[in-house]
Amino acid sequence: MESISDFVQYLVSSLSVGGLYALMALGLVIVYGISQLINFAYGELIMVAGYGLLIFGRSWLPWLIVAVMSILCAIIFALGMDQIAFKPVRNASPTTMLITSFAVSTLLQNIALLFISPRPRAPRLPSIFVKSVEVVGIRVKIVDVIALAVSIVALIALQIFLRKSIVGLSLRAAADDFTMTRLVGVNANKVIATAFAISGLLAGIVALFWIGRIGQVLPTVGFQPVLIAFIASVVGGLSSIKGAVLGGYILGFLTIGLQTWLPQDVNAYRDAIMFAIVIVMLLVRPEGLIRPAFSRETR
Amino acid sequence: MTQTTGNAAESLIVQDLTKDFAGLRAVDGVSFTVNPGEILGLIGPNGSGKTTTINVVTGLLNITSGSVRLGSLDMTGWQPHRIARAGLARTFQIVRLFKDFTVRENVEVAAVASGNARGKVVADRADRALRQLGIFHLANTPARVLPQGEERLVEIARAIATEPRFLLLDEPGAGLNDAEIESFLPTLRRLRTDLGCGILIVDHDMRLIMNLCDRIHVLNYGKTIAEGTPGEVRREPAVIEAYLGAEEAA
Repeated sequence: MESISDFVQYLVSSLSVGGLYALMALGLVIVYGISQLINFAYGELIMVAGYGLLIFGRSWLPWLIVAVMSILCAIIFALGMDQIAFKPVRNASPTTMLITSFAVSTLLQNIALLFISPRPRAPRLPSIFVKSVEVVGIRVKIVDVIALAVSIVALIALQIFLRKSIVGLSLRAAADDFTMTRLVGVNANKVIATAFAISGLLAGIVALFWIGRIGQVLPTVGFQPVLIAFIASVVGGLSSIKGAVLGGYILGFLTIGLQTWLPQDVNAYRDAIMFAIVIVMLLVRPEGLIRPAFSRETR
Repeated sequence: MTQTTGNAAESLIVQDLTKDFAGLRAVDGVSFTVNPGEILGLIGPNGSGKTTTINVVTGLLNITSGSVRLGSLDMTGWQPHRIARAGLARTFQIVRLFKDFTVRENVEVAAVASGNARGKVVADRADRALRQLGIFHLANTPARVLPQGEERLVEIARAIATEPRFLLLDEPGAGLNDAEIESFLPTLRRLRTDLGCGILIVDHDMRLIMNLCDRIHVLNYGKTIAEGTPGEVRREPAVIEAYLGAEEAA
């Protein structure tokens, strides 16, 4: 019985962490698919939402409202960075856009450093973030279950949005052939702004659980999530939404798996072992697990 | 050089269009007018600036000098999506469908973008465009599996789903066999009568051009060398020398 309960715990943690990683990766991929921009300032959107939790959390507002406001902040910042920083370099080379994203990232981190604090701060978090429940003898953290549920709901909602809605149709078209999409009358800037808004929304949702998990927010809080998002999307395939999701879950299962089953004295090398596995995967499938349906000939 | 001016309120008027690529003048002061319901052929040897002209007119390339107007509406320098919304739709030499989409989705994107996007309106418009090209039965087929002839039709259906006032076709006959071109002709003619839109067509297939066009505009080295009815153009010495000569003599 002990081993089964261990396994269920492992499964719940992995699915919950994997779901978060999938959402992180999606936030990168949705923008990359349309504009070929790998937005490394994505991590700072998570930071923004984190500071939202801290600042709005000092008020009397119920936590759920604080959370929604924090997510809104991430969306507003995402739209803002598109308009202010990325729109002017829209037609520049991918390298220029990449460097721009590093600049935005550094800038936002330094603003947080200067105006808030270089030290970690603990935002007000509801008690569900630390509580566990016992279901038929198996202990699971409530927050894991919520994260698992939220990530699945978000993934399905995004899929429905992309498949069924008119805006989603334009987004998918733009990801396939951006120029052609403009030539049939789709407003390019609006489509890109929508992608950034979705990216901000995902960053906001991720922030709630990421910061809920580590319990504090600091200027560099976005670094690890953006790194994970990047690795997950590269593993899965950068130009595919399915790939991002798959990559996220794979990384989640790997992380938790290594954490659970590695012997104590090897656990310090967990990340090194995980990256070694990632490297092997990329050697076998350099274009990611899910390849784009067709190579992009004309770009 | 003759300059035809039709009903100026409705026509697509290209005036003195010039396009430079880093010192190379690809299109040099070309002027033409496409009237509603008219089919104008734009022909010329390879590299004479035909596709560049279409690219500038549809906003894909910046104009160096000159103007592009739709009636009294000056569209010079507009973004591609605005030009598309104003009523110019185009197809490409190499068919560019959204490969991951079904035929219907391909057409729907265009129907969405051009109007106030309501689900029902979009669906109706897409249906109509598919029916007009006789490919309604392909609606749920993935675009990637289509043979070339049908890809062409889908691309045109996508263009007309924007409810264009002018349709710009860049080598619609490229890659089609004789039989396909044969069946293509009545389709294109029907589009003109059904939609009442003007068509600008670039192609190398002389049979297609001569049979289809009301007027023909001939370019060579980016300059207009002749314009007139197919009969007139065929007799123009400059044209025979530059372009038709080789084909007709063969």
